[in-house]
Amino acid sequence: MATHRPLLAPSPPLLSPKDPPDPQGPKLPDPIPSPLSQSYSRRTGSSRSRSSDKTAPDPLGELRSGSILDRPGSRHVGRAPTKRSGSERAGSQRELADEEARFVYINDPARTNQPVRFPDNSIRTAKYSVLSFLPRNLFEQFHRVAYVYFLILAGLNQVPQLGVFSPVASVLPLAFVLGVTAVKDAYEDWRRHRSDRAENARIAHVFSDGEFAPKPWREVQVGELVRVAANETLPCDMVVLSTSDPTGVAYVQTINLDGESNLKTRYARQETQAVAPHAMAGTIRCERPNRNIYGFHANLDLGGKKVSLGPSNIILRGCELKNTAWALGVAVYTGKDTKVMLNSSGAPSKRSRLEAHMNRETILLAVALAALCTIVSALAGAWLHTHRDELDDMPFYRKRDFSGREPDNYEWYGIGWEIAFTFMSAVIQFQVLIPIALYISMELVRVGQAYFMIQDKDMFDESTNSRLQCRALNINEDLGQIKYVFSDKTGTLTENKMEFRCASVQGVDYSSGGGGGGSDEYGGAAYNGPSEIVNDKILRPKMTVATDPELRNLLRAGTGYKARRACDFFLALATCNTIVPIEVDTSDPSVKLIDYQGESPDEQALVYAAAAYGFVLIERTSGHIIIDIFGERQRFDVLGLHEFDSDRKRMSVIIGCPDKTVKLFVKGADSSMFGVINRSISSDVIHATKTHLHNYSSLGLRTLVVGVRELNQKDFEEWQLAYERASTALVGRGGLLKAVAASIETNLEILGASGIEDRLQQGVPEAIESLRQAGIKVWVLTGDKQETAISIGYSCRLLTGEMTQIVINSYSRESCRKSLEEAIAMCSKLRTISPSAPNDRVALALIIDGNSLVYILETDLEEELFKVATMCDVVLCCRVAPLQKAGIVALIKNRTDDMTLAIGDGANDVSMIQMADVGIGISGQEGRQAVMASDFAMGQFRFLVPLLLVHGHWNYQRMAYMILYNFYRNAVFVFVLFWYVLYTAFTLTTAITEWSSVLYSVIYTAVPTIVVGILDKDLSRRTLLKYPQLYGSGQREEKYNLKLFILIMMDTVWQSLAIYFIPFLAYRHSEIDGSSLGDLWILAVVILVNIHLALDVIRWNWITHASIWGSIVATVICVMVIDSLVILPGFWAIYHVLGTGSFWLCLLAIIVVGMIPHFAAKAVTEHFMPSDIQIARELEKFHNSDGANRSEIPLRTLMQQQQP
Amino acid sequence: MANDKVAYVQNEGIDKTCTRILTVPKDMGRPIYVYYQLDNFYQNHRRYVRSQNDAQLRDAGKANYTSDCAPEKKTSDGSPIVPCGLIAWSLFNDTYSFVRGNENLAVNKKGISWKSDREHKFGKDVYPKNFQNGTLIGGGKLDPNKPLSEQEDLIVWMRTAALPTFRKLYGKIETDLKENDTITVTLENNYNAYSFSGKKKLVLSTTSWLGGKNDFLGFAYLSFGGLCFFLATAFTLAYMINPRKLEDPLSLSRTKNLLDH
Repeated sequence: MATHRPLLAPSPPLLSPKDPPDPQGPKLPDPIPSPLSQSYSRRTGSSRSRSSDKTAPDPLGELRSGSILDRPGSRHVGRAPTKRSGSERAGSQRELADEEARFVYINDPARTNQPVRFPDNSIRTAKYSVLSFLPRNLFEQFHRVAYVYFLILAGLNQVPQLGVFSPVASVLPLAFVLGVTAVKDAYEDWRRHRSDRAENARIAHVFSDGEFAPKPWREVQVGELVRVAANETLPCDMVVLSTSDPTGVAYVQTINLDGESNLKTRYARQETQAVAPHAMAGTIRCERPNRNIYGFHANLDLGGKKVSLGPSNIILRGCELKNTAWALGVAVYTGKDTKVMLNSSGAPSKRSRLEAHMNRETILLAVALAALCTIVSALAGAWLHTHRDELDDMPFYRKRDFSGREPDNYEWYGIGWEIAFTFMSAVIQFQVLIPIALYISMELVRVGQAYFMIQDKDMFDESTNSRLQCRALNINEDLGQIKYVFSDKTGTLTENKMEFRCASVQGVDYSSGGGGGGSDEYGGAAYNGPSEIVNDKILRPKMTVATDPELRNLLRAGTGYKARRACDFFLALATCNTIVPIEVDTSDPSVKLIDYQGESPDEQALVYAAAAYGFVLIERTSGHIIIDIFGERQRFDVLGLHEFDSDRKRMSVIIGCPDKTVKLFVKGADSSMFGVINRSISSDVIHATKTHLHNYSSLGLRTLVVGVRELNQKDFEEWQLAYERASTALVGRGGLLKAVAASIETNLEILGASGIEDRLQQGVPEAIESLRQAGIKVWVLTGDKQETAISIGYSCRLLTGEMTQIVINSYSRESCRKSLEEAIAMCSKLRTISPSAPNDRVALALIIDGNSLVYILETDLEEELFKVATMCDVVLCCRVAPLQKAGIVALIKNRTDDMTLAIGDGANDVSMIQMADVGIGISGQEGRQAVMASDFAMGQFRFLVPLLLVHGHWNYQRMAYMILYNFYRNAVFVFVLFWYVLYTAFTLTTAITEWSSVLYSVIYTAVPTIVVGILDKDLSRRTLLKYPQLYGSGQREEKYNLKLFILIMMDTVWQSLAIYFIPFLAYRHSEIDGSSLGDLWILAVVILVNIHLALDVIRWNWITHASIWGSIVATVICVMVIDSLVILPGFWAIYHVLGTGSFWLCLLAIIVVGMIPHFAAKAVTEHFMPSDIQIARELEKFHNSDGANRSEIPLRTLMQQQQP
Repeated sequence: MANDKVAYVQNEGIDKTCTRILTVPKDMGRPIYVYYQLDNFYQNHRRYVRSQNDAQLRDAGKANYTSDCAPEKKTSDGSPIVPCGLIAWSLFNDTYSFVRGNENLAVNKKGISWKSDREHKFGKDVYPKNFQNGTLIGGGKLDPNKPLSEQEDLIVWMRTAALPTFRKLYGKIETDLKENDTITVTLENNYNAYSFSGKKKLVLSTTSWLGGKNDFLGFAYLSFGGLCFFLATAFTLAYMINPRKLEDPLSLSRTKNLLDH
């Protein structure tokens, strides 16, 4: 990213006497006058402020305008501005207002912490203390509405008049759930406490009283000077003041922060680099703590001299210092203000669609609950009213109490109150109609499902050794309902491992070397490419690139204009970048590899390519570059550098060559480069290059154009003056510097162009085909340009030859409108041509670019785009900015109920990932921004197929079934209670013991639903992958909808009637006691709901068997235990009732009668109205019984054979 | 009116003996169970079903444990009632005696309650105290010299019935009855069924492995068995008339998808 690529890092004044003449590098070239040296250092100094000016502005703000596109050609030069859009942006170009600023007095913590004391550096990730644990944990747990409902009912139950359950029984389930969660939270928090303590006790070296004294991290204060040694971790966010490197460079690894393992450079300001610690003084005015780890905006006031500080001057807590002996800095943010702490938020919390639907049904159940309670209380009122004269001495009511001195009413508050009490008691009694345990079961099920998803070997990425990560645990089932997939291209469909494929130099295409090879690491002896021997050590680039022999020979031959131009081309590739070469030891001590570290994979590919052709970049400092050209070391002075910015879409570097010429090398996207190339020079080359570029991009290559301009002394001096003026300007420095760059980057001579391949990931075409067959629309949103995008579209089979392409490239609102209207007309025309033969309809592809989207998104044209896009089979958006990606996702999400999924790997995909219903991050080459924002993270695009088609399908089916089943099993129980209440004079007694009521949803029936929710599989993985259409079941919401809910509720009523009335009628005039009948009922309910479940389980294994039959056994045991307690009224009832024949006859009758509708409905639907899943299941079964030898026969023929 | 009836029933001075004559419809082998049946008596009423104290019944030392027993908790002078509570208070107290011709049919009242209740729920050393001494007499009285574990009528009564129409075992006649035997029942109609607008019935029944006579289960088995049989036939017929072809799942899904759009 641009923030840490300021190449003109301060270097020691070139002509200073201390600087020993470099034997290899010549002195400053003649055209540069010696007085320049002073201004040079100033210039370089301010170049850093330039960089900070450039990066401090809110990149998102730029993006909002929609004018900046992430162009593929320019990606290599830096896609920074668009890349980091995910995290919130706080930096801004405006001057910091005093009230928004934090003042840090360097080396004066006392003054810094006046009048407001900044937090110390101790961190606290633990949530609770010993004292706060109970209240806080309970408070957090009661954020669940379900728990509050639970609590209210338990509270109501404590009112003596309402006491349905005994006080202990009523709070037991809630207490159990709360207790388990609290123990889990406490354990986690204890571990956090421990790690906090360890972290806070680490030792930092803080300057005090003339020396660096060790101090625990927790005591580091804002304003203190901290020295960090190599490989140490930063204790706080600090502004670098000086480093061991004379130029003030410090390398840091930010793996703890953003997961990116490459080294990043940070700089000390030149003004403070040489100052001794005790003499450090000054004031830093910086922004308030914020979460943006890529932004920092501050001023350093050094006794009146103001210098600006940017993100490249700050090292954040959690980074490790590498390759630098020490770095000295001043703490600016400590403890909880540090960016890493501010960023440590949990995974995003989303709610699944199924859960949202479930809430709708929960409300219906609440209405039903209210209705039941109303019925009971109304009937109770009526009963009391008709018997009002008898209540006084009715033996089972006894309103009058004679035990006192005066006859009194016993527990009688008037008929109105009695009705109210009845109502509330009924709510308590029937509370499980709303299945509270379901929420907990669902969480357990999701954890179990996630476990199996993580363990899935089909989603294990061997290259990165990574499994699927489930970051959001509450949307597993959404994976089964996706209708739209929005995919990034680079790094998602492709590998994002750039490989140099071909070059067009001086109008000649050299691409014969690009076929094979690839980026193998160097083995050892086999290597015959360029290497360099220094002090008996061999230096080699880490990656090899296949080279074109013709071009190699041309370079070797080395004479003539053409060869010189070719050399310039590779010199440009080797110099015009921000790559830092780092030597890496190998097993062979005499061989060292050069690893090119850099932000952009494109740049790396180019530098490796240059190395393969004999231009090995050996060393880069801020002032010079050493390149090994065919075994000869040459030193090039870096005289100036213009970084990439998204307006120019190119970068340039001014190089003082050994032959004392000064050259400006520019590389950039073709669109921006051809505007600044002098067409009068070698127009035929320009023409040929353009043709090559077109060919390259239709091959799916990423292209770059390289140009050169030799600067004479006058040009250079003019530039230098302008540059100096711009860089010392107080206002609008960034804009001025851009203007300076633009003014010098003109009149270029074309050198050539490069084609870099970004290979498709393994299995992408097949994956896309599967997703398409599954009825999922795949849209590709890419920053690449149209040709590249289309060619990738073809190679991944997104686009096919038969498709009609609708291309929209517009540069104004009006033309957008026109294109869209035409597109709509065309779509409807094509669609109406052959409505009768739907299978032969013309497939449509919409290709639209970011420019057009600027005029469409968030305007009234959106609606038109939506129409066109939904009519098309494929949508390809090219050159889109990150926020446009999110805008397109929103386009679908806001207009339809369809589930959307976004998959991407880069930070530019973050907004889209967060916008979509399901966000998937590819843990690839581009750091972990996307992964951090995602709900699921995985290694490869093709894993999307098993994730959606297999696990998504399973998860949806199971979760949908589990929710409905939970509603059902609780409702059956409640209805049984309800029917009984009608025969107790509406007084809410239960024959079933209260303990069984409490245990019903916790023990008797809970485990099987969870087990089935985790383990049941309606179809095998093979079938699901073979027939992606089966995914449609989730998209059509076949397994969970209002109709199914109503049907299952009707079944519920039937079953409850069977359970209640068969024993009721059988025992109507018998001596049966309440407890015995209650035992029969509870056993009947439990057996019936478990058999119902068993009838619906498809994949049996021993765990399912154990849980279902085990639950029944557990219930019998529990009932026996309860009936063995002499204090309970049902003492010994179960043993009596088990010995009677009518008990068993009733039980059998209940089960048979109860299951009749479910069984019959199942039989009818499976035989006469089979779903896709049912058919596929039959195929599966058929296959298996048919023997393995026939399994290879295509199904279609198999079926034709079946039919006579 | 109702109160008059109540007053009548509760007046112990009035003799409430009456006789009924039964004809045995068919041969009955011994033991013949004698039940009384009450209609419309909500032994499962919430106020009623809890109105007892388990500890008090079991343990002689816990006579003071009278919670849940209101309004039959203590006498007006504050001493605890044993057994307390509405259930015990409303003890059924009709008595029956049976005469066949001149032969007195003995009613065995031993072993009519659950053994588990006798042995564990009702204490062998717990004797009735202050029972049925209040203003309002609910039902039967207990012999204060007999421990609760031997008061089998009470034990039977206190195993509360599940449904508002219920039978309770009164005793067993250990004699075979022949068809057309005429039995004269002399009953003391002490129990007040007016207070709950209920009815009293006397039932003599033999028992089989199924328990007492039960028409419903037979009816249910026949009818639901028939339903199952009908469904099975219907499915078989439907399947034979219109057997389902195994369809290509690909085409099925495709048509469905199109219908959706």
